[in-house]
Amino acid sequence: MTPVQAIIAKELRGYFVSPVVYVVGAIFLLIFGFLSYLYVVYAGYQAIQLMQMQGGQAQLNLNDLVFRNLFASMRFVLLIILPILTMRLFAEERKLRTFEFLMTSPIGINEIVAGKFVSVFLVFLSLLGLTGLVPTVLMLFSDFDWNPIWTGYLGMTLLGALFISVGLLASAITENQIVAAFLSFGMLLLIWLISGLGALLGDTTLGQIISYVSFMDHYDRLVRGLIDTKDLVYFFSSLAFMLFLTHRVVESTRWK
Amino acid sequence: MIDVQNITKRYGNLTAIDRVTFSVAKGEVLAFLGPNGAGKTTTMRILTCFMPATEGTAKVAGFDCADQPLEVKRRIGYLPETPPVYQEFTVSEYLTFVGRMRGMVGKNLTTALDQSIEKLALGSVRHRLIGNLSRGYRQRVGLAQAVIHDPPVLILDEPTVGLDPKQIIEIRDLIKSLAGSHSVILSTHILPEATAVCQRVVIISGGRIVAEDTPDQLSARLRHSEKISVTIKTPPDNCLARLQSISGILNVFQGQSAGTFLLECALGQDKRDEVARFIIANQWGLLELRTISMTLEDVFLQLTRHEEGMTPQVEHVSELSQATQETAS
Repeated sequence: MTPVQAIIAKELRGYFVSPVVYVVGAIFLLIFGFLSYLYVVYAGYQAIQLMQMQGGQAQLNLNDLVFRNLFASMRFVLLIILPILTMRLFAEERKLRTFEFLMTSPIGINEIVAGKFVSVFLVFLSLLGLTGLVPTVLMLFSDFDWNPIWTGYLGMTLLGALFISVGLLASAITENQIVAAFLSFGMLLLIWLISGLGALLGDTTLGQIISYVSFMDHYDRLVRGLIDTKDLVYFFSSLAFMLFLTHRVVESTRWK
Repeated sequence: MIDVQNITKRYGNLTAIDRVTFSVAKGEVLAFLGPNGAGKTTTMRILTCFMPATEGTAKVAGFDCADQPLEVKRRIGYLPETPPVYQEFTVSEYLTFVGRMRGMVGKNLTTALDQSIEKLALGSVRHRLIGNLSRGYRQRVGLAQAVIHDPPVLILDEPTVGLDPKQIIEIRDLIKSLAGSHSVILSTHILPEATAVCQRVVIISGGRIVAEDTPDQLSARLRHSEKISVTIKTPPDNCLARLQSISGILNVFQGQSAGTFLLECALGQDKRDEVARFIIANQWGLLELRTISMTLEDVFLQLTRHEEGMTPQVEHVSELSQATQETAS
Protein backbone atom coordinates (compact mmCIF):
# COMPACT_ATOMS: atom_id res chain seq x y z
CA MET A 1 0.00 0.00 0.00
CA THR A 2 1.46 3.33 -1.06
CA PRO A 3 1.28 6.40 1.23
CA VAL A 4 -1.55 7.87 -0.91
CA GLN A 5 -3.54 4.66 -0.60
CA ALA A 6 -2.82 4.72 3.14
CA ILE A 7 -4.27 8.24 3.36
CA ILE A 8 -7.34 7.20 1.34
CA ALA A 9 -7.90 4.17 3.57
CA LYS A 10 -7.41 6.29 6.69
CA GLU A 11 -9.88 8.93 5.52
CA LEU A 12 -12.47 6.33 4.50
CA ARG A 13 -12.13 4.71 7.89
CA GLY A 14 -12.53 8.13 9.49
CA TYR A 15 -15.77 8.63 7.55
CA PHE A 16 -17.27 5.26 8.27
CA VAL A 17 -16.50 5.10 11.99
CA SER A 18 -18.04 8.52 12.56
CA PRO A 19 -21.78 9.08 12.16
CA VAL A 20 -21.22 11.88 9.61
CA VAL A 21 -21.27 9.75 6.50
CA TYR A 22 -24.33 7.81 7.64
CA VAL A 23 -26.31 10.93 8.51
CA VAL A 24 -25.24 12.83 5.41
CA GLY A 25 -25.72 9.75 3.22
CA ALA A 26 -29.16 9.04 4.63
CA ILE A 27 -30.30 12.62 4.13
CA PHE A 28 -28.85 12.72 0.62
CA LEU A 29 -30.61 9.49 -0.39
CA LEU A 30 -33.83 10.55 1.31
CA ILE A 31 -33.89 13.84 -0.56
CA PHE A 32 -33.03 12.10 -3.83
CA GLY A 33 -35.81 9.57 -3.26
CA PHE A 34 -38.32 12.21 -2.20
CA LEU A 35 -37.56 14.45 -5.19
CA SER A 36 -37.83 11.45 -7.52
CA TYR A 37 -41.18 10.62 -6.00
CA LEU A 38 -42.40 14.20 -6.42
CA TYR A 39 -41.34 14.34 -10.06
CA VAL A 40 -42.86 10.93 -10.80
CA VAL A 41 -46.15 12.01 -9.22
CA TYR A 42 -45.95 15.23 -11.22
CA ALA A 43 -45.31 13.18 -14.36
CA GLY A 44 -48.32 11.01 -13.49
CA TYR A 45 -50.44 14.10 -13.06
CA GLN A 46 -49.30 15.36 -16.46
CA ALA A 47 -50.13 11.95 -17.94
CA ILE A 48 -53.69 12.11 -16.60
CA GLN A 49 -54.09 15.60 -18.02
CA LEU A 50 -52.77 14.43 -21.38
CA MET A 51 -55.11 11.45 -21.33
CA GLN A 52 -58.06 13.71 -20.65
CA MET A 53 -57.05 16.03 -23.45
CA GLN A 54 -55.93 13.50 -26.05
CA GLY A 55 -57.74 10.40 -24.87
CA GLY A 56 -56.28 6.91 -24.96
CA GLN A 57 -52.67 6.19 -24.08
CA ALA A 58 -50.55 9.34 -23.78
CA GLN A 59 -46.80 9.10 -24.36
CA LEU A 60 -44.83 10.40 -21.41
CA ASN A 61 -41.26 11.51 -21.62
CA LEU A 62 -39.72 10.54 -18.26
CA ASN A 63 -36.38 11.98 -19.31
CA ASP A 64 -37.85 15.46 -19.50
CA LEU A 65 -40.42 15.22 -16.76
CA VAL A 66 -38.50 13.32 -14.11
CA PHE A 67 -34.78 12.99 -14.64
CA ARG A 68 -33.97 16.41 -16.03
CA ASN A 69 -35.77 18.09 -13.17
CA LEU A 70 -34.30 15.69 -10.66
CA PHE A 71 -30.71 16.21 -11.81
CA ALA A 72 -31.25 19.98 -11.96
CA SER A 73 -32.46 19.97 -8.36
CA MET A 74 -29.46 17.92 -7.29
CA ARG A 75 -27.21 20.95 -7.81
CA PHE A 76 -28.65 22.47 -4.69
CA VAL A 77 -28.60 19.21 -2.73
CA LEU A 78 -24.95 18.62 -3.56
CA LEU A 79 -24.14 22.19 -2.57
CA ILE A 80 -25.57 21.51 0.88
CA ILE A 81 -24.33 17.95 1.37
CA LEU A 82 -20.75 17.98 0.06
CA PRO A 83 -19.33 20.80 2.24
CA ILE A 84 -20.48 18.76 5.26
CA LEU A 85 -18.42 15.83 4.00
CA THR A 86 -15.35 17.90 3.15
CA MET A 87 -15.24 20.26 6.12
CA ARG A 88 -13.23 17.89 8.32
CA LEU A 89 -10.50 16.98 5.83
CA PHE A 90 -7.79 19.47 6.78
CA ALA A 91 -9.53 21.43 9.54
CA GLU A 92 -9.70 18.40 11.82
CA GLU A 93 -6.07 17.49 11.21
CA ARG A 94 -5.03 20.97 12.22
CA LYS A 95 -7.28 21.03 15.25
CA LEU A 96 -6.02 17.65 16.49
CA ARG A 97 -2.40 18.52 15.68
CA THR A 98 -2.07 15.52 13.38
CA PHE A 99 -1.38 17.96 10.57
CA GLU A 100 2.19 18.20 11.83
CA PHE A 101 2.52 14.44 11.44
CA LEU A 102 1.26 14.55 7.83
CA MET A 103 3.56 17.42 6.96
CA THR A 104 6.63 15.75 8.45
CA SER A 105 5.93 12.40 6.78
CA PRO A 106 8.10 11.64 3.77
CA ILE A 107 5.39 12.36 1.21
CA GLY A 108 4.60 15.41 -0.88
CA ILE A 109 1.74 17.82 -0.27
CA ASN A 110 0.20 16.84 -3.61
CA GLU A 111 -0.06 13.26 -2.37
CA ILE A 112 -1.79 14.41 0.81
CA VAL A 113 -4.23 16.56 -1.19
CA ALA A 114 -4.83 13.77 -3.73
CA GLY A 115 -5.42 11.18 -1.00
CA LYS A 116 -7.94 13.36 0.77
CA PHE A 117 -9.74 14.33 -2.43
CA VAL A 118 -10.02 10.75 -3.66
CA SER A 119 -11.39 9.53 -0.32
CA VAL A 120 -14.35 11.95 -0.31
CA PHE A 121 -14.86 11.42 -3.99
CA LEU A 122 -15.20 7.68 -3.36
CA VAL A 123 -17.73 8.30 -0.60
CA PHE A 124 -19.65 10.58 -2.95
CA LEU A 125 -19.51 8.04 -5.79
CA SER A 126 -20.86 5.31 -3.55
CA LEU A 127 -23.76 7.56 -2.53
CA LEU A 128 -24.36 8.43 -6.17
CA GLY A 129 -24.24 4.73 -7.01
CA LEU A 130 -27.04 4.06 -4.54
CA THR A 131 -29.25 6.63 -6.27
CA GLY A 132 -29.07 4.41 -9.34
CA LEU A 133 -31.89 2.48 -7.74
CA VAL A 134 -34.39 5.15 -8.84
CA PRO A 135 -33.89 4.85 -12.63
CA THR A 136 -33.55 1.06 -12.26
CA VAL A 137 -36.93 0.80 -10.56
CA LEU A 138 -38.56 3.26 -12.99
CA MET A 139 -37.22 1.18 -15.87
CA LEU A 140 -39.56 -1.63 -14.78
CA PHE A 141 -42.63 0.55 -15.30
CA SER A 142 -41.76 2.81 -18.18
CA ASP A 143 -39.52 3.16 -21.19
CA PHE A 144 -37.05 6.00 -21.35
CA ASP A 145 -33.78 6.87 -23.00
CA TRP A 146 -30.79 5.91 -20.84
CA ASN A 147 -28.29 8.15 -22.60
CA PRO A 148 -29.34 11.45 -20.97
CA ILE A 149 -29.34 9.63 -17.65
CA TRP A 150 -25.74 8.60 -18.14
CA THR A 151 -24.79 12.16 -19.06
CA GLY A 152 -26.78 13.41 -16.08
CA TYR A 153 -24.80 11.10 -13.82
CA LEU A 154 -21.60 12.23 -15.52
CA GLY A 155 -22.68 15.80 -14.81
CA MET A 156 -23.39 15.03 -11.14
CA THR A 157 -20.04 13.25 -10.83
CA LEU A 158 -18.13 16.18 -12.31
CA LEU A 159 -20.13 18.74 -10.35
CA GLY A 160 -19.58 16.72 -7.16
CA ALA A 161 -15.85 16.53 -7.83
CA LEU A 162 -15.74 20.31 -8.32
CA PHE A 163 -17.73 20.93 -5.13
CA ILE A 164 -15.46 18.56 -3.22
CA SER A 165 -12.37 20.39 -4.43
CA VAL A 166 -13.89 23.72 -3.30
CA GLY A 167 -14.72 22.13 0.07
CA LEU A 168 -11.19 20.78 0.35
CA LEU A 169 -9.81 24.26 -0.27
CA ALA A 170 -12.11 25.75 2.39
CA SER A 171 -11.06 23.07 4.87
CA ALA A 172 -7.39 23.85 4.23
CA ILE A 173 -7.96 27.53 4.95
CA THR A 174 -9.26 27.20 8.51
CA GLU A 175 -8.97 24.85 11.45
CA ASN A 176 -12.61 25.32 12.37
CA GLN A 177 -14.85 22.78 10.65
CA ILE A 178 -17.99 24.93 10.84
CA VAL A 179 -16.16 27.87 9.31
CA ALA A 180 -14.83 25.52 6.61
CA ALA A 181 -18.37 24.33 5.80
CA PHE A 182 -19.75 27.87 5.60
CA LEU A 183 -16.79 29.00 3.55
CA SER A 184 -17.44 26.32 0.95
CA PHE A 185 -21.21 27.07 0.95
CA GLY A 186 -20.33 30.70 0.39
CA MET A 187 -17.86 30.07 -2.41
CA LEU A 188 -20.19 27.64 -4.19
CA LEU A 189 -23.22 29.93 -3.88
CA LEU A 190 -21.16 32.78 -5.24
CA ILE A 191 -20.06 30.74 -8.27
CA TRP A 192 -23.72 29.75 -8.70
CA LEU A 193 -25.10 33.27 -8.41
CA ILE A 194 -22.65 34.91 -10.79
CA SER A 195 -24.38 32.99 -13.56
CA GLY A 196 -27.31 35.35 -12.92
CA LEU A 197 -24.96 38.27 -13.42
CA GLY A 198 -23.73 36.64 -16.62
CA ALA A 199 -27.30 36.31 -17.90
CA LEU A 200 -27.96 39.94 -17.01
CA LEU A 201 -24.96 41.11 -19.01
CA GLY A 202 -26.23 39.01 -21.91
CA ASP A 203 -24.14 38.40 -24.98
CA THR A 204 -21.29 40.77 -24.11
CA THR A 205 -17.76 39.45 -23.71
CA LEU A 206 -17.87 39.99 -19.97
CA GLY A 207 -21.26 38.30 -19.80
CA GLN A 208 -19.91 35.30 -21.66
CA ILE A 209 -16.84 35.07 -19.44
CA ILE A 210 -18.96 35.25 -16.29
CA SER A 211 -21.38 32.65 -17.60
CA TYR A 212 -18.46 30.38 -18.44
CA VAL A 213 -17.02 30.67 -14.92
CA SER A 214 -20.28 29.54 -13.31
CA PHE A 215 -20.97 25.81 -13.39
CA MET A 216 -24.67 26.29 -14.21
CA ASP A 217 -24.59 26.26 -18.01
CA HIS A 218 -22.02 23.47 -18.17
CA TYR A 219 -24.02 21.27 -15.86
CA ASP A 220 -27.32 22.05 -17.59
CA ARG A 221 -25.97 20.92 -20.94
CA LEU A 222 -24.84 17.59 -19.45
CA VAL A 223 -28.23 17.12 -17.79
CA ARG A 224 -29.92 17.76 -21.13
CA GLY A 225 -27.83 14.97 -22.61
CA LEU A 226 -25.19 17.02 -24.38
CA ILE A 227 -21.54 16.16 -23.96
CA ASP A 228 -19.53 19.12 -25.09
CA THR A 229 -15.71 19.20 -24.82
CA LYS A 230 -16.02 22.80 -23.65
CA ASP A 231 -17.94 21.65 -20.56
CA LEU A 232 -15.58 18.79 -19.80
CA VAL A 233 -12.63 21.17 -20.11
CA TYR A 234 -14.43 23.53 -17.72
CA PHE A 235 -14.94 20.86 -15.08
CA PHE A 236 -11.48 19.33 -15.31
CA SER A 237 -9.64 22.65 -15.42
CA SER A 238 -11.57 24.18 -12.53
CA LEU A 239 -11.07 20.98 -10.53
CA ALA A 240 -7.33 21.11 -11.20
CA PHE A 241 -7.28 24.80 -10.31
CA MET A 242 -9.05 24.23 -6.98
CA LEU A 243 -6.71 21.34 -6.09
CA PHE A 244 -3.75 23.53 -7.02
CA LEU A 245 -5.07 26.30 -4.75
CA THR A 246 -5.52 23.76 -1.95
CA HIS A 247 -1.93 22.65 -2.44
CA ARG A 248 -0.75 26.24 -2.19
CA VAL A 249 -2.82 26.93 0.93
CA VAL A 250 -1.50 23.79 2.65
CA GLU A 251 2.02 24.71 1.60
CA SER A 252 1.53 28.24 2.92
CA THR A 253 0.77 26.95 6.43
CA ARG A 254 4.47 26.07 6.60
CA TRP A 255 5.37 29.71 6.17
CA LYS A 256 3.14 31.05 8.92
CA MET B 1 24.30 13.81 11.87
CA ILE B 2 22.53 17.09 12.54
CA ASP B 3 24.19 20.32 11.62
CA VAL B 4 22.47 23.62 12.24
CA GLN B 5 24.19 26.81 11.14
CA ASN B 6 22.91 30.25 12.10
CA ILE B 7 19.22 29.53 11.67
CA THR B 8 16.85 32.39 12.29
CA LYS B 9 13.08 32.24 12.21
CA ARG B 10 10.97 35.36 12.14
CA TYR B 11 7.20 35.57 12.38
CA GLY B 12 6.58 39.07 11.08
CA ASN B 13 8.39 41.32 13.52
CA LEU B 14 8.83 38.62 16.13
CA THR B 15 12.11 36.74 16.05
CA ALA B 16 11.41 33.26 17.40
CA ILE B 17 14.97 32.02 17.07
CA ASP B 18 18.02 34.08 16.37
CA ARG B 19 21.17 32.70 14.74
CA VAL B 20 21.01 29.31 16.41
CA THR B 21 24.00 27.08 15.71
CA PHE B 22 24.62 23.59 17.05
CA SER B 23 25.37 20.09 15.89
CA VAL B 24 24.62 16.57 17.04
CA ALA B 25 26.99 13.68 16.35
CA LYS B 26 25.87 10.17 15.44
CA GLY B 27 24.64 8.33 18.50
CA GLU B 28 24.54 11.42 20.68
CA VAL B 29 21.61 12.53 22.84
CA LEU B 30 21.21 16.28 23.03
CA ALA B 31 18.80 18.06 25.35
CA PHE B 32 17.21 21.29 24.35
CA LEU B 33 16.49 23.21 27.51
CA GLY B 34 14.62 26.42 27.75
CA PRO B 35 11.65 28.16 29.30
CA ASN B 36 8.32 28.17 27.46
CA GLY B 37 8.47 30.24 24.29
CA ALA B 38 12.25 30.05 24.10
CA GLY B 39 12.22 28.66 20.55
CA LYS B 40 12.65 24.93 21.19
CA THR B 41 9.63 23.83 19.19
CA THR B 42 10.42 26.25 16.36
CA THR B 43 13.93 24.81 16.05
CA MET B 44 12.52 21.28 16.01
CA ARG B 45 9.93 22.19 13.40
CA ILE B 46 12.64 23.56 11.15
CA LEU B 47 14.69 20.37 11.56
CA THR B 48 11.68 18.21 10.70
CA CYS B 49 10.97 20.34 7.60
CA PHE B 50 7.58 21.36 8.97
CA MET B 51 8.56 24.96 8.39
CA PRO B 52 11.51 26.60 6.69
CA ALA B 53 14.01 28.84 8.45
CA THR B 54 14.06 32.51 7.49
CA GLU B 55 17.84 32.42 7.35
CA GLY B 56 20.60 29.88 7.84
CA THR B 57 20.93 26.22 6.97
CA ALA B 58 19.91 23.05 8.76
CA LYS B 59 21.18 19.68 7.61
CA VAL B 60 20.16 16.21 8.73
CA ALA B 61 22.33 13.27 7.67
CA GLY B 62 23.92 15.52 5.07
CA PHE B 63 20.61 16.54 3.48
CA ASP B 64 19.49 20.14 3.54
CA CYS B 65 16.11 20.66 5.24
CA ALA B 66 15.11 23.35 2.73
CA ASP B 67 16.31 21.70 -0.49
CA GLN B 68 15.82 17.98 0.15
CA PRO B 69 12.94 17.79 2.63
CA LEU B 70 11.79 14.29 1.58
CA GLU B 71 15.24 12.82 2.19
CA VAL B 72 15.37 14.53 5.58
CA LYS B 73 11.86 13.38 6.54
CA ARG B 74 12.73 9.78 5.67
CA ARG B 75 15.52 9.84 8.24
CA ILE B 76 13.63 11.47 11.06
CA GLY B 77 11.27 10.20 13.71
CA TYR B 78 9.39 13.12 15.21
CA LEU B 79 7.22 13.37 18.26
CA PRO B 80 5.57 16.80 18.33
CA GLU B 81 4.45 18.53 21.52
CA THR B 82 0.96 17.02 21.19
CA PRO B 83 1.09 13.35 20.16
CA PRO B 84 -0.27 13.25 16.58
CA VAL B 85 -2.75 10.42 17.07
CA TYR B 86 -6.09 9.69 15.41
CA GLN B 87 -8.59 8.95 18.12
CA GLU B 88 -10.86 6.76 16.00
CA PHE B 89 -8.02 4.30 15.34
CA THR B 90 -6.85 1.43 17.49
CA VAL B 91 -3.17 1.52 18.48
CA SER B 92 -2.12 -1.11 15.94
CA GLU B 93 -4.24 0.37 13.15
CA TYR B 94 -2.70 3.76 13.78
CA LEU B 95 0.85 2.45 13.83
CA THR B 96 0.16 0.45 10.65
CA PHE B 97 -0.99 3.67 9.01
CA VAL B 98 2.16 5.45 10.19
CA GLY B 99 4.32 2.63 8.83
CA ARG B 100 2.60 2.82 5.45
CA MET B 101 3.06 6.58 5.35
CA ARG B 102 6.76 5.93 5.79
CA GLY B 103 6.71 3.54 2.85
CA MET B 104 6.79 0.28 4.83
CA VAL B 105 4.93 -2.73 3.47
CA GLY B 106 4.35 -6.42 4.09
CA LYS B 107 6.51 -8.30 6.54
CA ASN B 108 8.75 -5.30 7.26
CA LEU B 109 5.72 -3.40 8.46
CA THR B 110 4.42 -6.26 10.62
CA THR B 111 7.81 -6.76 12.26
CA ALA B 112 8.32 -3.03 12.83
CA LEU B 113 4.81 -2.76 14.27
CA ASP B 114 5.40 -5.58 16.75
CA GLN B 115 8.79 -4.19 17.75
CA SER B 116 7.53 -0.67 18.39
CA ILE B 117 4.59 -2.01 20.39
CA GLU B 118 6.97 -4.10 22.46
CA LYS B 119 9.48 -1.25 22.93
CA LEU B 120 6.82 1.10 24.24
CA ALA B 121 4.98 -1.62 26.24
CA LEU B 122 1.74 -1.06 24.35
CA GLY B 123 0.84 -4.74 24.05
CA SER B 124 -2.06 -4.55 26.48
CA VAL B 125 -3.75 -1.71 24.60
CA ARG B 126 -2.88 -2.54 20.99
CA HIS B 127 -6.48 -3.28 20.05
CA ARG B 128 -8.01 -0.41 21.98
CA LEU B 129 -9.16 2.86 20.42
CA ILE B 130 -6.64 5.65 20.99
CA GLY B 131 -9.51 7.97 21.93
CA ASN B 132 -10.16 5.80 24.99
CA LEU B 133 -6.54 5.74 26.18
CA SER B 134 -5.07 7.79 28.99
CA ARG B 135 -2.73 10.67 28.25
CA GLY B 136 0.31 8.62 29.21
CA TYR B 137 -0.59 5.86 26.77
CA ARG B 138 -1.25 8.38 24.01
CA GLN B 139 2.17 9.85 24.60
CA ARG B 140 3.65 6.36 24.29
CA VAL B 141 1.71 5.76 21.07
CA GLY B 142 3.15 9.08 19.85
CA LEU B 143 6.63 7.85 20.70
CA ALA B 144 5.95 4.51 19.01
CA GLN B 145 5.09 6.31 15.76
CA ALA B 146 8.40 8.18 15.99
CA VAL B 147 10.50 5.02 16.32
CA ILE B 148 8.51 2.53 14.19
CA HIS B 149 10.71 3.00 11.10
CA ASP B 150 13.90 2.94 13.17
CA PRO B 151 15.12 6.35 11.95
CA PRO B 152 18.73 7.42 12.47
CA VAL B 153 17.54 10.75 13.91
CA LEU B 154 14.89 11.19 16.57
CA ILE B 155 13.42 14.55 17.46
CA LEU B 156 11.28 14.46 20.55
CA ASP B 157 9.41 17.50 21.81
CA GLU B 158 8.89 17.00 25.54
CA PRO B 159 8.62 13.20 25.35
CA THR B 160 7.78 12.56 28.99
CA VAL B 161 4.97 15.09 29.45
CA GLY B 162 1.89 13.49 30.96
CA LEU B 163 3.60 10.26 31.99
CA ASP B 164 3.64 8.87 35.50
CA PRO B 165 7.01 8.53 37.29
CA LYS B 166 7.37 4.84 36.41
CA GLN B 167 6.64 5.52 32.75
CA ILE B 168 9.06 8.47 32.77
CA ILE B 169 11.85 6.16 33.90
CA GLU B 170 10.88 3.63 31.21
CA ILE B 171 10.91 6.28 28.49
CA ARG B 172 14.24 7.65 29.68
CA ASP B 173 15.65 4.12 29.58
CA LEU B 174 14.28 3.73 26.07
CA ILE B 175 15.94 6.98 24.96
CA LYS B 176 19.20 5.89 26.58
CA SER B 177 18.98 2.55 24.78
CA LEU B 178 18.51 4.39 21.48
CA ALA B 179 21.65 6.44 22.05
CA GLY B 180 24.65 5.02 20.26
CA SER B 181 22.76 3.93 17.17
CA HIS B 182 20.48 6.98 16.92
CA SER B 183 21.03 10.69 17.24
CA VAL B 184 18.40 12.14 19.52
CA ILE B 185 17.34 15.70 20.20
CA LEU B 186 14.85 16.10 22.98
CA SER B 187 13.39 19.25 24.33
CA THR B 188 12.39 19.48 27.92
CA HIS B 189 12.00 21.84 30.79
CA ILE B 190 12.36 19.01 33.28
CA LEU B 191 15.98 19.47 34.20
CA PRO B 192 16.74 16.12 35.85
CA GLU B 193 15.65 14.55 32.59
CA ALA B 194 18.44 16.33 30.74
CA THR B 195 20.96 15.24 33.35
CA ALA B 196 19.62 11.68 33.30
CA VAL B 197 19.63 10.93 29.59
CA CYS B 198 21.68 13.49 27.70
CA GLN B 199 25.36 13.75 26.99
CA ARG B 200 25.07 17.37 25.99
CA VAL B 201 22.73 20.23 26.83
CA VAL B 202 21.84 23.28 24.79
CA ILE B 203 20.19 26.01 26.81
CA ILE B 204 18.06 28.29 24.70
CA SER B 205 16.41 31.43 25.94
CA GLY B 206 14.64 34.20 24.09
CA GLY B 207 15.44 32.45 20.80
CA ARG B 208 19.20 32.42 21.35
CA ILE B 209 21.54 29.72 22.54
CA VAL B 210 22.92 30.89 25.86
CA ALA B 211 25.00 27.82 26.69
CA GLU B 212 26.01 24.51 25.20
CA ASP B 213 28.00 21.84 27.04
CA THR B 214 27.74 18.69 29.13
CA PRO B 215 25.65 19.12 32.29
CA ASP B 216 28.80 18.78 34.47
CA GLN B 217 30.84 21.23 32.45
CA LEU B 218 28.01 23.73 32.49
CA SER B 219 27.77 23.75 36.26
CA ALA B 220 31.56 23.92 36.52
CA ARG B 221 31.67 26.89 34.16
CA LEU B 222 29.16 28.87 36.13
CA ARG B 223 30.49 28.09 39.56
CA HIS B 224 32.34 30.98 41.26
CA SER B 225 33.22 29.25 44.49
CA GLU B 226 33.00 25.99 46.45
CA LYS B 227 30.15 25.83 48.93
CA ILE B 228 29.88 23.78 52.10
CA SER B 229 26.77 23.32 54.14
CA VAL B 230 27.13 22.57 57.87
CA THR B 231 24.49 21.83 60.48
CA ILE B 232 25.46 22.50 64.09
CA LYS B 233 23.53 21.23 67.13
CA THR B 234 24.26 24.13 69.52
CA PRO B 235 25.60 27.12 67.59
CA PRO B 236 26.82 30.03 69.75
CA ASP B 237 25.47 33.55 69.16
CA ASN B 238 28.53 34.72 67.28
CA CYS B 239 28.69 31.56 65.19
CA LEU B 240 28.78 33.38 61.83
CA ALA B 241 31.85 35.44 62.80
CA ARG B 242 33.58 32.44 64.38
CA LEU B 243 33.13 30.30 61.27
CA GLN B 244 34.37 33.18 59.13
CA SER B 245 37.60 33.16 61.12
CA ILE B 246 38.57 29.73 59.75
CA SER B 247 41.37 30.29 57.27
CA GLY B 248 40.26 30.02 53.62
CA ILE B 249 36.57 30.66 54.32
CA LEU B 250 35.46 33.68 52.29
CA ASN B 251 31.84 34.08 53.34
CA VAL B 252 29.38 32.54 55.77
CA PHE B 253 25.60 32.72 55.41
CA GLN B 254 22.81 31.59 57.68
CA GLY B 255 21.03 28.57 56.16
CA GLN B 256 17.29 28.07 55.88
CA SER B 257 16.87 26.04 59.07
CA ALA B 258 18.25 26.89 62.50
CA GLY B 259 21.81 25.70 63.00
CA THR B 260 22.53 25.40 59.30
CA PHE B 261 25.22 27.56 57.75
CA LEU B 262 26.54 27.97 54.25
CA LEU B 263 30.28 28.44 53.94
CA GLU B 264 31.93 29.72 50.79
CA CYS B 265 35.56 29.18 49.91
CA ALA B 266 37.71 29.78 46.84
CA LEU B 267 37.16 27.59 43.80
CA GLY B 268 39.22 24.42 43.90
CA GLN B 269 39.75 24.40 47.66
CA ASP B 270 38.24 21.79 49.93
CA LYS B 271 37.93 23.13 53.51
CA ARG B 272 35.66 20.41 54.93
CA ASP B 273 38.41 18.94 57.06
CA GLU B 274 39.28 22.30 58.69
CA VAL B 275 35.64 23.18 59.26
CA ALA B 276 34.95 19.79 60.90
CA ARG B 277 37.98 20.07 63.19
CA PHE B 278 37.00 23.63 64.20
CA ILE B 279 33.41 22.70 65.13
CA ILE B 280 34.46 19.56 67.01
CA ALA B 281 37.21 21.45 68.86
CA ASN B 282 34.60 23.97 70.00
CA GLN B 283 32.19 21.16 70.96
CA TRP B 284 29.23 22.72 69.12
CA GLY B 285 27.99 19.33 67.94
CA LEU B 286 28.53 18.63 64.23
CA LEU B 287 25.38 17.09 62.80
CA GLU B 288 26.01 17.39 59.07
CA LEU B 289 28.75 18.53 56.72
CA ARG B 290 28.54 18.38 52.91
CA THR B 291 29.63 20.16 49.77
CA ILE B 292 26.99 21.78 47.62
CA SER B 293 27.40 21.28 43.92
CA MET B 294 25.67 23.44 41.38
CA THR B 295 22.72 21.60 39.87
CA LEU B 296 21.48 22.00 36.34
CA GLU B 297 18.56 23.89 37.87
CA ASP B 298 20.95 26.55 39.15
CA VAL B 299 22.70 26.77 35.82
CA PHE B 300 19.41 26.98 34.00
CA LEU B 301 18.01 29.67 36.26
CA GLN B 302 21.21 31.66 36.09
CA LEU B 303 21.20 31.58 32.31
CA THR B 304 17.53 32.18 31.69
CA ARG B 305 16.89 34.76 34.39
CA HIS B 306 15.87 37.29 31.74
CA GLU B 307 12.27 36.41 32.47
CA GLU B 308 12.72 38.31 35.67
CA GLY B 309 14.09 41.36 33.87
CA MET B 310 17.61 40.45 32.77
CA THR B 311 18.37 40.14 29.06
CA PRO B 312 20.04 36.87 28.15
CA GLN B 313 23.33 37.51 26.46
CA VAL B 314 25.85 35.10 25.14
CA GLU B 315 28.42 37.56 26.46
CA HIS B 316 26.90 37.07 29.90
CA VAL B 317 27.90 33.42 29.77
CA SER B 318 31.37 34.17 28.54
CA GLU B 319 31.76 36.74 31.32
CA LEU B 320 30.71 34.13 33.80
CA SER B 321 33.07 31.52 32.48
CA GLN B 322 35.84 34.11 32.27
CA ALA B 323 35.22 35.03 35.90
CA THR B 324 35.29 31.36 36.77
CA GLN B 325 38.58 30.87 34.98
CA GLU B 326 40.09 33.94 36.64
CA THR B 327 39.02 32.74 40.06
CA ALA B 328 40.42 29.31 39.30
CA SER B 329 43.77 30.70 38.21
